[in-house]
Amino acid sequence: MRNSKQVLRSYALGALFLLLLWWGVALLVELPIIPTPDKVLAKLGHVFVHAIAIHSAYSLWRIAAGLGLAVLIGYPLGLAMGYCKKADRFLAPLVYLTYPIPKIALLPILMLLAGVGEWSKILMIFLIIVFQVVIALRDGIRAIPEETYYPLYSLGASFWQLFRHVIFPASLPKFLTAIRVAMATAISVLFFTETFGTQYGMGYYIMDAWLRVNYLEMYAGIVVLSLLGLLLFGILDLLEYMTCRWQK
Amino acid sequence: MIEVEHLSVGYDADGKKQIALHDVSLTVPQGTVCAVIGPSGCGKSTLMKVVAGLIKNYQGTVRIGGRPVNPQKMKIGFMPQNYGLLPWKTVGENICLGCRIKGEKAKDLAARTKALCARLGIAGLEKRYPHELSGGQQQRVGLARAFLLRPDILLMDEPFSALDAITREEMQEVFLSLWQENHITTMLVTHYVEEALYLGQRIALMSANPGFVQEIIENPLAGNAAERQQPEFFAMGQSLREKIREMGGRS
Repeated sequence: MRNSKQVLRSYALGALFLLLLWWGVALLVELPIIPTPDKVLAKLGHVFVHAIAIHSAYSLWRIAAGLGLAVLIGYPLGLAMGYCKKADRFLAPLVYLTYPIPKIALLPILMLLAGVGEWSKILMIFLIIVFQVVIALRDGIRAIPEETYYPLYSLGASFWQLFRHVIFPASLPKFLTAIRVAMATAISVLFFTETFGTQYGMGYYIMDAWLRVNYLEMYAGIVVLSLLGLLLFGILDLLEYMTCRWQK
Repeated sequence: MIEVEHLSVGYDADGKKQIALHDVSLTVPQGTVCAVIGPSGCGKSTLMKVVAGLIKNYQGTVRIGGRPVNPQKMKIGFMPQNYGLLPWKTVGENICLGCRIKGEKAKDLAARTKALCARLGIAGLEKRYPHELSGGQQQRVGLARAFLLRPDILLMDEPFSALDAITREEMQEVFLSLWQENHITTMLVTHYVEEALYLGQRIALMSANPGFVQEIIENPLAGNAAERQQPEFFAMGQSLREKIREMGGRS
């Protein structure tokens, strides 16, 4: 962890830059719709524990559940498509036909089928992430040169051993990248789905503050949402650092 | 013992049937090294892959120790040209991979690994990843993996080709000294005449288009470093070279 200090410093600098920019704009326009960051952060300190914490926990849970579901279903699918040409020939058209459909367009259907509650939100995130998992994994596995398997083939390795020693580690970087790319979309869509049918979640909190014309709380919510994203990306980066150290 | 009888292998290229190996017969007696040499495109590597159990679509018979090739039931050590190290595994994990796949749980495995690493001059590198090593070091790791497994047969596909001349000779020495302790039946593909003469008690000369064993030469000069400087060694090298050149001119 030699560079961890450097990484932290660059993040702090980035945050500082954004804050300064925000501050400058706030001072320039002098409108209640853009409050200065110091007021927002002070407000955040007041409301975080008794108001925002529960909302962010709900949002995190929905993301985790959607992501978990997407990996649970997408991973085996991508594995089958990447390793077995026949499976790919059969499944690729299905994936390619459904992948380009904007998932948010399916929201009314999801809400009718799964209700306006928790499930439709989790399924929405699932639908967004699962395709990226499938495609990344398939391409990652396809990119493994045949020779990489040879020593294991000649040792008479089982499929499980091939998976454990070659397929999984070789496709891990692409898999993590796919999750990372999908995560940003998932968070913004989650925000949208949380604006109705629930009383919890960062989406609800921010929209609620907006309707109450409480701009300070609204901004506090936005800051938390951004930190939430940072946390998730940080976890992914850490995971990659720990598991893909060979890739340098 | 490796017995190859009337082996023919074909493959598809642009929809046309091509013949990689045609009626190849070759025996490697128990506890000897057989060097397979020939021009490029003579199917050396294909022969190796058949014996390693990587190619299953062939005609003829291939037996190891009297039984048909079956990677699950026998211990085949296969070292491809790029050493076959997995980039995501550390040196230590790579060395133990063969034994792990085979489910070997000998108590002295750790001690033997350590001894082998010391022997091969890669002690202290166990935590590194292959890309952090030089070509010669990667080769040593490949050898450590092969010899730790104590395989029934060892197959090496141009193992020393990617190394510079000095390192190559060093590695030949290392291989020979390890081999002399274990006497593992070995088949070694090479395109260096000196390497074949130095390591192979038997040398199989292959010709190309289609791959065919032209001649099998008994080589009394193998395994002796002192012989390397003798006139016989040079003379035999010359005659081998001549034969390979002739085959190249014909095809």
